[in-house]
Amino acid sequence: MGEGAFLEGYVIPTAIIVAQIVAVMIPILLGVAYLTYAERKVIGAIQLRQGPMTVGPFGLLQPIADALKLLTKETILPAGSNRIVFLMAPMLTFILAIIAWAVIPFDEGWVISDINVGILYLFAISSLGVYGVIMAGWASNSKYPFLGALRSAAQMVSYEVSIGFVMVTVLLCVGSLNLTDIVMAQQTIWFAVPLLPMFVIFFISVLAETNRAPFDLPEGESELVAGFMVEYSSMSFALFFLGEYANMILMSGIATVLFLGGWLPPVDIAPFNWIPGPIWFGLKVAFLLFVFLWVRATFPRYRYDQLMRLGWKVFLPFSLLWVVLTAGVLVAFDWVPA
Amino acid sequence: MAENHIKPLTLNFGPQHPAAHGVLRLVLEMEGEVIERADPHIGLLHRGTEKLIEYKTYLQAVPYFDRLDYVSPMNQEHGFALGVEKLLDIEVPKRAQYIRVLYSELTRIANHLLNLTTFAIDVGAMTPLLWGFEEREKIMEFYERASGARLHAAYFRPGGVTYDLPAGLMDDIIAWTEHFPTIIDDIEGLLTENRIFKQRTVDIGVISIEDCQNWGLTGPVMRASGLPWDLRKSQPYDSYEEFDFDIPISKDGDCYARYLVRVEEMRQSLKIIKQAIERMPDGPFKTEDRKVSAPPRAEMKRSMEALIHHFKLYTEGYHVPAGETYTAVEAPKGEFAVYLVSDGTNKPYRCKIRAPGFLFMQAMDFMCRGHLLADSVAILGSLDVVFGEIDR
Repeated sequence: MGEGAFLEGYVIPTAIIVAQIVAVMIPILLGVAYLTYAERKVIGAIQLRQGPMTVGPFGLLQPIADALKLLTKETILPAGSNRIVFLMAPMLTFILAIIAWAVIPFDEGWVISDINVGILYLFAISSLGVYGVIMAGWASNSKYPFLGALRSAAQMVSYEVSIGFVMVTVLLCVGSLNLTDIVMAQQTIWFAVPLLPMFVIFFISVLAETNRAPFDLPEGESELVAGFMVEYSSMSFALFFLGEYANMILMSGIATVLFLGGWLPPVDIAPFNWIPGPIWFGLKVAFLLFVFLWVRATFPRYRYDQLMRLGWKVFLPFSLLWVVLTAGVLVAFDWVPA
Repeated sequence: MAENHIKPLTLNFGPQHPAAHGVLRLVLEMEGEVIERADPHIGLLHRGTEKLIEYKTYLQAVPYFDRLDYVSPMNQEHGFALGVEKLLDIEVPKRAQYIRVLYSELTRIANHLLNLTTFAIDVGAMTPLLWGFEEREKIMEFYERASGARLHAAYFRPGGVTYDLPAGLMDDIIAWTEHFPTIIDDIEGLLTENRIFKQRTVDIGVISIEDCQNWGLTGPVMRASGLPWDLRKSQPYDSYEEFDFDIPISKDGDCYARYLVRVEEMRQSLKIIKQAIERMPDGPFKTEDRKVSAPPRAEMKRSMEALIHHFKLYTEGYHVPAGETYTAVEAPKGEFAVYLVSDGTNKPYRCKIRAPGFLFMQAMDFMCRGHLLADSVAILGSLDVVFGEIDR
């Protein structure tokens, strides 16, 4: 094998993949940083205050200052903890929040890995997310994190089921598990319109899945102090924090792909289709993220048993019914995609 | 095989807990998330107030009352001032009484704003707090303009109030009372009909009238259980009988009822404030009895007698005739009372303080039993406890 073949066969493809990963990672990490800033600004505006204003113009450098602060803090390992698991938990959470981006299409063809089972991959990755929380709660060997981890396990498992059914309805309408195909199937109409109830259920389940208000029980400030994160400090805490926000962006991305037509403009006419696809994608994600923050500033927190009741007794039967209904309609009118 | 006893999970709730409302240490014995026993440990904020008061003249004792329930300082000064006035057997001028009513009700609103919004935070809604504190800040400014201090005012003193109201203050308070109901509406808009808020509070921590009476729970907690008992109506003090207001009650006795009662009490307080300002009489703002209240500074420059009065009052203080009194006021949290024993000297022989929050703590155990961990936070928030007065 010649040197040229080796270069063409291995080195260049690897370099391209690494470049693609970096090109996705950097905007996402920046997005995470400025999502924390946006959260403080949006909630600040809702609460009649300004949010961060001192570091940089309009406080724009605040996320960087926060990151630097966390980096320079001491990482505390509690005496009774299982050190390896304790340190693995935040890494796992963060890694899982990042690797899911491999299959998200930002525009036609703008995807690191255009696999045919994209939806299943995403579903698998987001289901694994609960392990980070459980490991953190168990390894801390402390009561509040333990309770937080128990809650989290129950919560994520129960909402995953309804998320699964929501995805099934979308799949029925598309006939493919490939995310690019799902977006292309929405060229005539976004799935958010015909499947509106499922979109609402999906969004609420996503709130529960990402442990965001009003389902932030695993870290319920007023009950469990910080839940599974109680014993974490410094960068190990920061990884959880980044993981949570990266998950929010990821879930908004998935919702955009499944229901809001991904990179497609709302209507395919002149002023709208001048704007490039990735920008449409970003705008839709930003809108969903704004709803995340808006909900957080508005609603009280659910109680553990009420949350379980909502998941199992309301969302599960309802989404199941819609799966049957959607399938029935598709078959009855012979709309089943090839 | 021998039966295995499973030890319940013991959770140390507080004192460094965001929902412990200060320094409560609650030892919870739990079966999973269900509370089987709640054991409040108090005393982390004990400062020996009652004993300290025994070593202070009656006037020097006033600031200690600000520091009991530091959320509603003036109502407690009110209790002490009324008790001392009763022992001294002096008449307080009408204007002083109206100013006291005005500020008692402003304080009630400030207290309920803090309680309702922190209660909302306890069940997870954080926005009402920021909205409510904006208004609370304005009440603090009214405090400052009348007494010079934002919180620890020492404004109600035996014999009247420290200073007269400055010019323009009453107009500003009236302007504020016009605007404040919209803020109550906004806060109610976020909470009252919110499904999650109702799920978190309705039927949580239910308490009956009998339990309230047996355990000595007073104030909004008792009224939310259905007993229309308010000292401002049942044994009016300081001209409360001249005001037209209603006592809101509820029959349910749960956290939601306590929330609704407090919201309505704020509206009733606004009514009293408006009446007090409309009918504010002229005249002296403290008693003219120079053996109790100091003469004006201008008079001291001319009159030798006034100078001697001033000197005696601010060094030795006044002597209170021997006797004892139990004087109660309707503080925002409930019946706040002072049991004063005087032995005829310039210092109280004993000053027992009945703090409503102390009795609320007794109820924590049986109110929390069988509820989930998250409910204990809601119950604690709805009881309205402040540890300054509980630990004293």
